[in-house]
Amino acid sequence: MAYDYTPFPFVAPPGLSAPEPRHKVAIVGAGPIGLAMAIDLAQRGVPSVVLDDNNVVSVGSRAICWAKRTLEIFDRLGVGERMLEKGVTWKVGRNFHGHDEVYSFDLLPEDGHKYPAFINLQQYYVEQYLVERVQDFPDLIDLRFKNAVIKHEDYGDHVVLTIDTPKGNYHLEAEYYLACDGANSATRTRMGLDFTGQTFQEQFLIADIEMEQSPFGDHPVPERWFWFDPPFHPGKSALLHAQPDNIYRIDLQLDVDADGRAESDPDRVIPRIKAIVGDKPFRLDWVSVYKFRCIKLDRFVHGRVIFVGDSAHVVSPFGARGGNGGIQDVDNLGWKLAAVLDGTAPAKLIDTYHDERSHGSAENILNSSRSTNFMTPKTPIEALFRAEALKLAKDQPFARRLLNSGRLSLPCSLAGFALQTPGTAPVLPGAPLLDAPLRDGNRDTWLVAELQGRFTLVGFDAVTLPQVDGVDRVVIGGAQDGCRRFEDPTGLALGRYGAARVYLIRPDGHICAAFGPAPSAAEIAAALARAKGTTAATERAIA
Amino acid sequence: MSRTIAADNLSPVQDEFYAALMQAHEGLSEPQSHALNARLVLLMANHIGALDDLRALLTTARSYADE
Ligand SMILES: Cc1cc2nc3c(=O)[nH]c(=O)nc-3n(C[C@H](O)[C@H](O)[C@H](O)COP(=O)(O)OP(=O)(O)OC[C@H]3O[C@@H](n4cnc5c(N)ncnc54)[C@H](O)[C@@H]3O)c2cc1C
Repeated sequence: MAYDYTPFPFVAPPGLSAPEPRHKVAIVGAGPIGLAMAIDLAQRGVPSVVLDDNNVVSVGSRAICWAKRTLEIFDRLGVGERMLEKGVTWKVGRNFHGHDEVYSFDLLPEDGHKYPAFINLQQYYVEQYLVERVQDFPDLIDLRFKNAVIKHEDYGDHVVLTIDTPKGNYHLEAEYYLACDGANSATRTRMGLDFTGQTFQEQFLIADIEMEQSPFGDHPVPERWFWFDPPFHPGKSALLHAQPDNIYRIDLQLDVDADGRAESDPDRVIPRIKAIVGDKPFRLDWVSVYKFRCIKLDRFVHGRVIFVGDSAHVVSPFGARGGNGGIQDVDNLGWKLAAVLDGTAPAKLIDTYHDERSHGSAENILNSSRSTNFMTPKTPIEALFRAEALKLAKDQPFARRLLNSGRLSLPCSLAGFALQTPGTAPVLPGAPLLDAPLRDGNRDTWLVAELQGRFTLVGFDAVTLPQVDGVDRVVIGGAQDGCRRFEDPTGLALGRYGAARVYLIRPDGHICAAFGPAPSAAEIAAALARAKGTTAATERAIA
Repeated sequence: MSRTIAADNLSPVQDEFYAALMQAHEGLSEPQSHALNARLVLLMANHIGALDDLRALLTTARSYADE
C-alpha cells in the first residue's frame, strides 16, 4: 500500500499578530536533520522553533539506508528502537558482474551490538517518527509547517528572520539560526556562499516498486545487491535494496545524455523494471531521475548561522553517507550549542563543530566520489582498467576489493582535533564508542545506550574513578561506591576496551581521553576542560 | 597456462591507489595513456626485480586474455 501523506496542519504563528520574544534557536527546515536537531536540543532542555516551508514528510522514500552509528544516535533521541522494528535489517552486500557473483562483504561480522550494520527504512517513516517524537516536547519544540524563511539578517548576537505563511509574513528573532534547509539551501544562496564541487554527468533512475514476491528470488535474508554490467541493463550498473512494506529500491545508471523527464515516464520505466523482476507483478511507487554531486561548504559556521546536514554538504548516495553524515552533525552540534547557551562553555566551542564535521564530511565526499567514479568510467582508459579489474576479480582476492560499488557509511574518528587529549588505549581517543552487551541486575542493556548523551567517565574491571563535577561515573565489570555499575556478561566489553582502562566519553559518544586504572581528579578535569573548549591548550589549537 | 592467485597486499589502501592511478591518466589521450601504462609496467618490473616473480605475473596476466 502506498504511504499516506497526511498533511500537517498550518497553525497561525503568534508572530503574525504581535512580536514574539527572542527565541534561543531557530531551526530552518524540518527534514530528518532539523527534526533530529530540535529533539537533541530539547533533551538538553534547550527550546527551539522549527520552521518548514512544506507540510508533509519527505515525498518519495529518498534516503533508505540508515547506518549503525545513526541508529545509535536515533536511540538516544528516542526513535531508534522504533526504526529498528519497522526497518529491514541487512549487513551483506553482494556484487555481481554480468550473471556472476564476484564479491560479497559483511559489514558487521561480529555479535554483541544493539544495532545492526544497516537498516533500510523509507525517509518518510523516519521523518514521521521524528515528528511524533517532537510531540513529546510541547514546551520545548515549536514546530511550524507552511512557514517559509525568505530572509535573514545576522546582527552578531542574534538573527532576524522573515517568514512567509499562508496568512502573511512575520519576523522572528533567535540567538542562533540553524540552516537545516537541505541541498538547495536558500540560506546558503542568500549569503552568496560558494557551493561548487564535483558533479557527475551520469544520470541515475531511482525507482521504488511494491511487489509481493521478492525480486531477490528465494534468497532468504535481505542484502544489498549491486551489478556491474548486468544482463538486464547492459553496459551500466544497477543496485537493488529491500524496504519495509514489500517495497524495493532499484537504482539504474542511465546514459550521460539521457533525457531525465522522458526516462521517468512510467512507459519507459516499467519495461526496465520488468527486465529485472520478470513477470512478477509490481506497482510503481516512486520514480525520480538524479544527477549526483559531491560538494561541501568551506565553513559550516558563519557567525550566528550554522549549517547542518545537506545544506552544508551533499554526496552521491552510493555509500549512504548523506543523511547518515547529517545525523552525525546533529550529534556533534547538539551538546556544544547547549553548553554555549547555558554558559558552561565558550562560544568558540561551536567552531569545533565546523572543524570536526567538515573533516567527517570530507571523508564522506572522498568515499562517495571514489565509488561514483568507479561506477562511471569517464574515459576509455578508465573503462579498460575497470573491465580488467572485474576480470581479475573472478579469482584474485585483491581485485575483488578494488570493485567499488559504495563504501558504506562509518563514523569518522576525531583523533588529532583540539578537543581530544591524545593517548593510547585499545579504543583510541577520537573514536566513537564500540557497543557491547551489559547487565544491570536483571536488566539487559547496551554499552552505547548507557554511556552516550553526557560526559561520562567509564572504567573497566579494577579501576578507581575520581569524582569530577559534571561527569557521570560508570564501572563495567567492577564496582565502586557512587558509580553506576554494570556486569559484562559476555566479556565483550572488557575484550573491546581492555581491563583496568578508564575513558572519558563526550556527550556524542566519542572518546576524548583515555587513562590507566586510577587517573587523578586533576587529569580528568583537565581533559574535560579541554573537551569543552575551555583550556588554553584548546584555545591555541582552535585559533 | 598456470595462473597464480596472490594474497591481497593492497587493502586497505586499494581505493586510494585506484584513485591515484586514474589521476595519473587524467588529461592524457588514449595513446598517451597506453604509453604511460607501458612505462608503468617497466618501472614496476624494475621495482620487483626477481625474474621468476615477473615471469609468474606475465603468465598470470596472459591467462585472462581469452576470457
Ligand atoms: C535518491 C536518494 C537516495 C538517498 N539515499 C540515502 C541513504 O540511503 N542514506 C542516507 O543517509 N542518505 C541518503 N540520501 C540523502 C538524504 O536524503 C539527505 O541527506 C537528507 O534528506 C538530508 O536531510 P536534511 O534534513 O539536511 O535535508 P532535507 O531532507 O532536504 O530537508 C530540508 C527541509 O527544509 C525545508 N526547507 C527548505 N527551504 C526552506 C525554507 N526556506 N524555509 C523553511 N523550510 C525550508 C524543506 O521543505 C525540507 O523539509 C539519499 C538522497 C537521495 C536523493
